[in-house]
Amino acid sequence: MSKRKVKETHMPVGECISQVQMILRERFCHQRLPEKPVGMESQHKHLLELLRRTAVHGESNSVLIVGPRGSGKTMLLNCVLRELLEVKDVNKNVLPVHLNGLLQTDDRIALKEITRQLNLENVVGDKVFGSFAENLAFLLEALKKGDRSSSRPVLFILDEFDLFAHHKNQTLLYNLLDVSQSAQAPVAVIGLTCRLDVLELLEKRVKSRFSHRQIHLLSSLSFIQYLDNVRSQLSLPQDFPDTNFYDEWNDGIKVRHFSSYPQLVDVLQRHYNSSKDFRSLHLLLMLALSRVSASKPAIKPTDLLEASRVCMVDSKANILHGLSILELCLIIAMKHLNDIYEGEPFNFQMVHNEFKKFLQRKSHSIHNFDKPVVIKAFEHLQQLELIKSMDSSTAKIQKEYQLMKLLLDHSQIMEALQKYPQCPTDVKQWAMSAFG
Amino acid sequence: MVRYFTRLRMRRIYKWGGRPYIFDRKLKSYGFEYLNMSVEGQEAVTTVTPGQYILIEGNDDEYPFVAKLLKFFGDESHKQKKALVQWFLRLSEVPQNKKLLLGRSPHPQEIFYYLGRACDNEINAESILGTVDVQHVPEDTPFPEPGTKDTLYVKLSWDTKAFNVLDPVLMQDTPASTPPKPALPLFPPCASPTATPVSRGPVRRALPTPDPTVMRRAGSVSDTRATMSAGKRSTLEAESIHSASKLSASKILSAKRRGSAADTPGVRKKLQLSIGASPGKKMTRADVLCELLDEEMESEKVISLKLSSSVSHSLQHGCSLSPMRSGCKTPNGQRRFPWKLSSISLDRLSPTALGEQDLSSDLLLAVIPLALEDEVFEAGLPTDAGSANTPKKRQATPRRNYVREQKATTPSRRKESAMAIRKPALGVLAEEDSEDSPMQPIALTPRSKRKSAQLVSLRIRKQLNLLDNTQELISDGDDDCFVPSKKDLQSSSDEEKTDSEEETRGRNCKTSVRTPCKTPSKKDLQSSTDEGKTESEEETVVRKTRGRNCKTSVRTPHKKPSKKKDLQSSSDSEEETMVRKTRGRNGKASARTPCKTPSKKVTPSTPRHATPSIPSRTVPARQPGNILEEARARLHVSSVPESLPCREQEFQDIYNFVESKVMDGTGGCMYISGVPGTGKTATIHEVIRCLQHASDMDEIPTFRFIEINGMKMTDPHQAYVQILQKLTDQKVTADHAAALLEKRFSNPAPKKETTVLLVDELDLLWTRKQNVMYNLFDWPTRRHARLVVLTIANTMDLPERIMINRVASRLGLTRMSFQPYSFKQLQQIITSRLNKVKAFEEDALQLVSRKVAALSGDARRCLDICRRATEICEHSTSHPSSAGLVRMNHVMEALDEMFSSSYITAIRCASLQEQLFLRAVIAEFRRLGLEEATFQQVFVQHRALSRVEGLQPISVSEGLAVCQRLGACRLLLLEASRLDMLQRVRLNVSQDDVLYALKAVRD
Repeated sequence: MSKRKVKETHMPVGECISQVQMILRERFCHQRLPEKPVGMESQHKHLLELLRRTAVHGESNSVLIVGPRGSGKTMLLNCVLRELLEVKDVNKNVLPVHLNGLLQTDDRIALKEITRQLNLENVVGDKVFGSFAENLAFLLEALKKGDRSSSRPVLFILDEFDLFAHHKNQTLLYNLLDVSQSAQAPVAVIGLTCRLDVLELLEKRVKSRFSHRQIHLLSSLSFIQYLDNVRSQLSLPQDFPDTNFYDEWNDGIKVRHFSSYPQLVDVLQRHYNSSKDFRSLHLLLMLALSRVSASKPAIKPTDLLEASRVCMVDSKANILHGLSILELCLIIAMKHLNDIYEGEPFNFQMVHNEFKKFLQRKSHSIHNFDKPVVIKAFEHLQQLELIKSMDSSTAKIQKEYQLMKLLLDHSQIMEALQKYPQCPTDVKQWAMSAFG
Repeated sequence: MVRYFTRLRMRRIYKWGGRPYIFDRKLKSYGFEYLNMSVEGQEAVTTVTPGQYILIEGNDDEYPFVAKLLKFFGDESHKQKKALVQWFLRLSEVPQNKKLLLGRSPHPQEIFYYLGRACDNEINAESILGTVDVQHVPEDTPFPEPGTKDTLYVKLSWDTKAFNVLDPVLMQDTPASTPPKPALPLFPPCASPTATPVSRGPVRRALPTPDPTVMRRAGSVSDTRATMSAGKRSTLEAESIHSASKLSASKILSAKRRGSAADTPGVRKKLQLSIGASPGKKMTRADVLCELLDEEMESEKVISLKLSSSVSHSLQHGCSLSPMRSGCKTPNGQRRFPWKLSSISLDRLSPTALGEQDLSSDLLLAVIPLALEDEVFEAGLPTDAGSANTPKKRQATPRRNYVREQKATTPSRRKESAMAIRKPALGVLAEEDSEDSPMQPIALTPRSKRKSAQLVSLRIRKQLNLLDNTQELISDGDDDCFVPSKKDLQSSSDEEKTDSEEETRGRNCKTSVRTPCKTPSKKDLQSSTDEGKTESEEETVVRKTRGRNCKTSVRTPHKKPSKKKDLQSSSDSEEETMVRKTRGRNGKASARTPCKTPSKKVTPSTPRHATPSIPSRTVPARQPGNILEEARARLHVSSVPESLPCREQEFQDIYNFVESKVMDGTGGCMYISGVPGTGKTATIHEVIRCLQHASDMDEIPTFRFIEINGMKMTDPHQAYVQILQKLTDQKVTADHAAALLEKRFSNPAPKKETTVLLVDELDLLWTRKQNVMYNLFDWPTRRHARLVVLTIANTMDLPERIMINRVASRLGLTRMSFQPYSFKQLQQIITSRLNKVKAFEEDALQLVSRKVAALSGDARRCLDICRRATEICEHSTSHPSSAGLVRMNHVMEALDEMFSSSYITAIRCASLQEQLFLRAVIAEFRRLGLEEATFQQVFVQHRALSRVEGLQPISVSEGLAVCQRLGACRLLLLEASRLDMLQRVRLNVSQDDVLYALKAVRD
């Protein structure tokens, strides 16, 4: 705070809110790198050293960054790269090549992409000429011609590294790792993956060429740290233009506010129990942020609670709320069939029979539907993927006799029934009764 | 073109004399008693019998190879005529660095009995130029006067290492000087001398018939002013240069020799050279020629004397021969004789006389086209030597430059050709007969027997000298001729064309083409022919040239074949362009092979001149600054150690294997297996390095090393493409490449060097039909392949497991297995790499090596761990510079990092719900007694467990998300997520590990 300008500026609240929204959204949508990666200092140092040696000494390296989804692998790497490129000597001396296993789904595409990003000489405009084989030979030749001291280091960044291991023969990996283990152009092969068993995917000779450096990003945050993170994620940067608003905002998310709302702590604890990663947290905070407006210029604990409710809600239960009574009845019939047959698949006829039995018993409470209408409702459930056909689609079986399975848990059904507006009591009772 | 005349072609004809007397069932060959050589259209026949000394076409017209004929044989079809010979070496063929071993200045006509084994002693009989007289001179007696030019003297033997006194016994078993074979009418001088010098000249010379086209061309080429001047300058200078070129050539000698012996590709070249050269110098006009000839005659003597380098009498004769062309014009039978005798020799002589510089350059040039034909594929070596030799000419005649370029493209050839030429020259000499004894067959050594011949040669020399002086004037014409040289190639290349075609074409194209006519003598010839000398003469000339072409083409099918096909396939008109293109391939012009792969042009391919390269850095890489960095640099797998410790035995075995194959000129396969990181590829590279060093030192013949890697190609069939590209720098499709390689390896080729092919990651070359592997292993078994295939794969039983019988059988049983390194070996490897850089504690090293040896024995892993340990050590201290030795704890940490499984840590760091889910999975497994459950089942357990734990149960959606997260980490194995609740779940970790990890968490 001391660094802030002495002169305090005031802006209209609306202006401040839009500023806040912009800053925080950038943060929550991962469009801006954090100043410093949190909780991964040693990994950061390791990776930075490694890449620096490649950039400065021309030492070839290979490394894997492994961590669960949302644990900050890409963020770490980008931070390191940013830091690396800030060094003047390095800046113009490295050639980063970004590949993603989800985009470069085979070696042919990957090679073209590498060639394009390296801007080798067989690139004309945006097109890469030559066949797959030619491209490979060309790239290898290019890398072979380089040497440690004179050619620019190339940083190959392979996102979703495990997917590259599924390419035919692992040609690309073999060649990249082989280059990294031979006296050719200096390269650093950096793989990002969430699979812990990624090394087992590598063929033995590819594996042998890999240096076996793995940087694991496994967060061992305690709940206290988690809460700190929530706060720091919500707090505004010091260079926020309006100091008053800045103070108010940051005060609003102080610890005492949190702790004074045990409900809020519970919700956050639940999130923490579910997953520690930043991505789910960002999702939660984003929802809370969207409730901030000029009339409500601060994040209140209730906002977080509401956001959490939205996050935690069961998607299928939501779908059930939108079903018609007939469809709901069919679901209940299916539930009973599941109970009776212990999860064995059923077909439409069985469901229809069950439904008719219910109608006979309680004919007064529900309209007697024709069979085609019931079939239609049944098909609708199938489209919603609440039920799933067990037969292969090729089999030519009449719709009525196709075997199906219910993709709903009992609890989901019961929960939906509780919340269903104006649900006939008979239907509820039928659902709760042990036998159809 | 204007200068070309249509003439009848002449050709050397070889016929077996007598009936086959032996049939070797094993080799399917017949032996023959003697060989008759004649010139088409001429009566004269020269007979060669075993025991005689013969001259064999080589690359160097002036110095044909010398050998003693041991035996004739032919194959069943009588199409191929072969001969076994005992080689003799000229001093110029001895590697330069060994020449000093002689310890004295060599006699000009001295040759050495060759005891080495590097040269194939089987030659194509059709490369025999004629006979020569070889005399054994006892060690202590001095050499006779150099005056008799036809005789070569043997005093010492050469075994590729040293000169030894020749055991007279070696020479005795055959008559020292083969008596002339009178049996057949040799070249009768019958032809009217005046009208047609050729016919008149006892056509012996006709044997080496140069193509008429060449002659013509040469004539047309007529420029050689520069050459002339050069010649004038100082014969001495010329000599030196010439010799220099030879010397360089001689280095490659052994290899060349083989090649030449087998196919005598050089012959053609020689012819061209000779023809072209001499005529080239001469003005296209006959008149000029006459004058020149006269001059030459005079000069010749001088030259011969001067040419100490070439020295041998035979050579001198050759020189005299060149004047003979001039002789054609001159009415004297003598002149003609020599001329006819050896066009080749003439060539040589003329150039020598003119100025050796020119000659050498000319020769080279002339050689080039031939070389191009033959070698197009092979020629990968850019040698500019030729150009260097002949700077003068270039200046004078731009075309020459052009030619040179060609040369440059196929430098290796050049050298070879040069070598070859030398030998044939001798043959030529032998053929020369004195006018007086026209009857004397070629077989007679001219010098001793006929004085007339000597006289002639003297005269020729004189003329040559004169020529030198005069030629300067003439030199302008040459340029025209050079361009066509390509055509020559074409013509030669298509053997199959009918003679008529050849003739016409030869007239039109060939002559122009061949014309390396730079040497004045050629010009003379051409001019003479042009002038309308008697047709017979021309014919002979033509024949000679054509003969060469034919021969060469015939002889060198292997190398050419692909080209030939190309050429043939294309129409004649296209041929020229095609040839050019092919030339382009070799050389700089175009990297593509135009003829066969026209489609390529259409399809966008990598830009023509794209050079693969990574941009260079602006700031140089920093050098290691402290001991740890130094150690890290040394420990990097990529750093090439000075030696490979712990693989001495394997190294020796492979070395011996490859060396023996290279020495014998045979082929073979070797299969090397071993787990990754045991030094297979490194050892082979080391072997090749050593062998290449040895071949640089001339201890073994040169060879080519080619490396392909199954992992570095996109498809097994790309192996063909890569091999061909590395062999010849051609880019073709896989099928085409396979065909070209097939031809290359199945046909004999001149001076083919052994190819050592390393096939890494062999198992990836597996195809369903296994044709790639089949071919790779089948080629070495071919007789002419000279291919050594070293294959590497990881599994010891690969041949048994994946190869079908016929492939495994060809691979043979030469196998070697690289055992994983033991801990001692690993320790030694690290120590040797560190090379006294003290960065590790002994115990630390031992720990690493023991650990790795116990796990995999992978040296790469070992080095990586050590490298990581140095980093840890460096980071452990605040000051990088103050970091001490790498100690046990650093190594332990590195080992932990690399070997410890991350599963347990991952479970410990997982969120509470995730841990709970894992427990639910285990609980459900226990309940089911199966190692598999659906999500629905597990979720029920999960909910129950969370109640027990006092946690709020999570919704199904959340549960699925937890499950997916665990699946993404591969702690769980999941079915496709579209199955939703029904997807089955399995553990990817042992239950014990999970429980252990979770227990630790709870505590």
